[in-house]
Amino acid sequence: MSDKLKIYPVINFSDEQEQLLEVATNFCRNRWPNERIRQQIKDEDSIDAYVWQEIVELGWPGVAIPEEYGGSGLDLAEVVTLVEPMGQYLLASPLVSTTVVAQALIVAGTDNQKSHLLPAICEGSVASQALSEPHGDWDLLNLNCKAEREHGKLSLSGTKNLITDAHVADIILVSVIFEGEPALVMVAKEDIPQSSIRRETIIDETRRSYRLCLDGIAVPVDNLLRQEDTIKALNRIELVSCLLHTAEICGANNAAINTVVEYLNTRKQFGRFIGSYQALKHPTVQCLQEYEAARSLLYYAASVFENEHEGEVAVRMAKAQAGMAFSFIADRAIQFHGGFGFTYECDAQLYRRRAIWHESQFGDGNYHRQKLAELLL
Amino acid sequence: MNKTDNELDDFRYEVRDWLEKNRPKKPDFLMPQSFMEVGTDEQFHYLREWQQKVYEAGFLGMAWPREYGGGGRSQILQDIATQEMKVGKFPFMINAIGVSWAGPLILNMGTEEDKRKYIKGILSAEDIWCQGFSEPDHGSDLGNVQLKAERDGDDYILTGSKIWTTLGNYAKYMILLARTNPKIENKYAGLSYFLSPMKIQGVDPVPIQKLTGEYGFCQTYFDGVRIPASCLIGGEGNGWRVAIQTLQYERNAEGGAAGGPTSEIPYVHEVIDVARKIKRDGKPAIENPHIRDQAIKFLITEVACRANLVRDEIPSLVIERPQSLSMSLKGYGCDFWQKMQEFAMSLQGQSAAYYVGDDLAVAGGRWHRAYFNSFSTTIGGGTTEIQRNIVGERILGLPKS
Repeated sequence: MSDKLKIYPVINFSDEQEQLLEVATNFCRNRWPNERIRQQIKDEDSIDAYVWQEIVELGWPGVAIPEEYGGSGLDLAEVVTLVEPMGQYLLASPLVSTTVVAQALIVAGTDNQKSHLLPAICEGSVASQALSEPHGDWDLLNLNCKAEREHGKLSLSGTKNLITDAHVADIILVSVIFEGEPALVMVAKEDIPQSSIRRETIIDETRRSYRLCLDGIAVPVDNLLRQEDTIKALNRIELVSCLLHTAEICGANNAAINTVVEYLNTRKQFGRFIGSYQALKHPTVQCLQEYEAARSLLYYAASVFENEHEGEVAVRMAKAQAGMAFSFIADRAIQFHGGFGFTYECDAQLYRRRAIWHESQFGDGNYHRQKLAELLL
Repeated sequence: MNKTDNELDDFRYEVRDWLEKNRPKKPDFLMPQSFMEVGTDEQFHYLREWQQKVYEAGFLGMAWPREYGGGGRSQILQDIATQEMKVGKFPFMINAIGVSWAGPLILNMGTEEDKRKYIKGILSAEDIWCQGFSEPDHGSDLGNVQLKAERDGDDYILTGSKIWTTLGNYAKYMILLARTNPKIENKYAGLSYFLSPMKIQGVDPVPIQKLTGEYGFCQTYFDGVRIPASCLIGGEGNGWRVAIQTLQYERNAEGGAAGGPTSEIPYVHEVIDVARKIKRDGKPAIENPHIRDQAIKFLITEVACRANLVRDEIPSLVIERPQSLSMSLKGYGCDFWQKMQEFAMSLQGQSAAYYVGDDLAVAGGRWHRAYFNSFSTTIGGGTTEIQRNIVGERILGLPKS
């Protein structure tokens, strides 16, 4: 019984990962300096089309797609090294959602879907997923949206929300109930009328999220993924999303630490740099230590991700730890900046908002610990 | 010399096999939980015999140079042997101060003569070592130690006292930080470091009783103790540098230890076993959602601590703050252990009222004792608070407090 609790992590870090981490860090630093973040918040899109085009030319959307479909045939561990720096520079690209959709297709797509959609993704098609519904439950099987056969097509109904970058997505993967069972269906951009989609106001202003009214949308029956593999695909989606969210969180967490440390090293009160006060120094160190733990768990999870039981355990641990660590530093970032921390101008709010967003997506610490308890106790 | 995985596995089985065949008989007395709690002669002899046996079998000091008594083999083999001893819950190495701090220090900075004189006795536990750093008035402020070492011809005369001398009453040698120059303005420059004999005229280690009721450390009085100048290590006036080096070993921030466990390691799965046996509302406590959540939190931290060690070996994953993981090892890990042991007590319901000695005490009072004893790790070797200053200043570059 307790053998499941004797967990000895391994971390494999390949040369590819090392190179990609360096390239991606340089890319994000150059393309997404701090001023850029502020400018982009006012924009309609989460990132510029030209930056996405560069990401496509670097081959990143296809990193974990098999070579036979035009990808690089690497692992999600390599995608982690791309996403972590994006988190650090608050670059909210559709790379995560696109990768997640590709992974779902690999698990449950028909041959025809895979041979059409995966190469398109490698060439720059943006993909997003519409899995959430307004009830707010993290359970991806809690579905009210429906698909029904009508005039030889699939007629969709219901409302999906929290769909990132939906307005620029070429394809959206939608979860519905079809013939009494959960199903996944691809919806192409052309099939979505402009009036069916509207932007949502979300806590993280570096992202763009949309609500999709499915009523009146009909798609070819061939757009259904293999229904017998739906549960498998949804599990895959949850775990891949957790892994990549954790990578983003760790990156942003690191940036938040640097922001706090810089302020503690420049702001003076009572004639001393405030970083010399232990009341600020000690919690900042604790934040650092929780972050380091999260990052170690992230790379452990990336290393064992494809191992059935261990991968799930590691990724849930990583997401729980990372979410807690990032919320901790982001919260302290506001407090330690004093009056300035209370302003919109201070970057502390960017991190705190982002931490709340990540906790809202694919489960917070409580949720993952409960799942871990089911897996381990 | 790269070893194949097969060779490593073969070695692991060899160690495991030897350990199982030689597992010492369960003692009929209470065993200490770490080298810091050895308070009776029967505990002392039991543990010393075990270390000697492990050394003679070739599973301690495996990576230390052969010419001084080590095994001259690779560190990875020692790491495997150490891990097998930990996981298999074998007794710890009693001569921990020698094995983990004094030994690496002597190998690193000692003279040829020092190495020939001390290393073998450290490994075989024939020569027990203790540490003379803290003084009654100077704990965290180590640079301010006042024990006097006055030069007199070819000797030094030691006067003053040291405190928290673990194993002081059994030790043959002490690593000693003393003040050779009280007049110099820079307090650090007045310090020197000695490998000092204990069983000589004028040294008086007096045992101190600990909060658990056990013994294990002393206040050591030095009353005009005469030691030869050859006991100096690092040269007169360089004691602070040598002390900092020692603390690097003590805080596990630097490798080089001979190996073997130095305490009984508590695991989260053992705490969870407690929660399975104890009842809450007529059901096993582990079914309580609040307890489940806490147990998983501890498990996550335990796995994270191990993952930190693994990641620390990959340079490109620690590039931004290279010392961050190793320097946080003690502060973060010991804090976690302490809270985990507190959790283990809190699980016990009414039975948490019992202590070592009562037949109703859960696991013989192990968790209460472990919780109390864990303060030696959050206080000794630099308190958790001092560790946070160090990490804040050295890793994050924050200004001095």
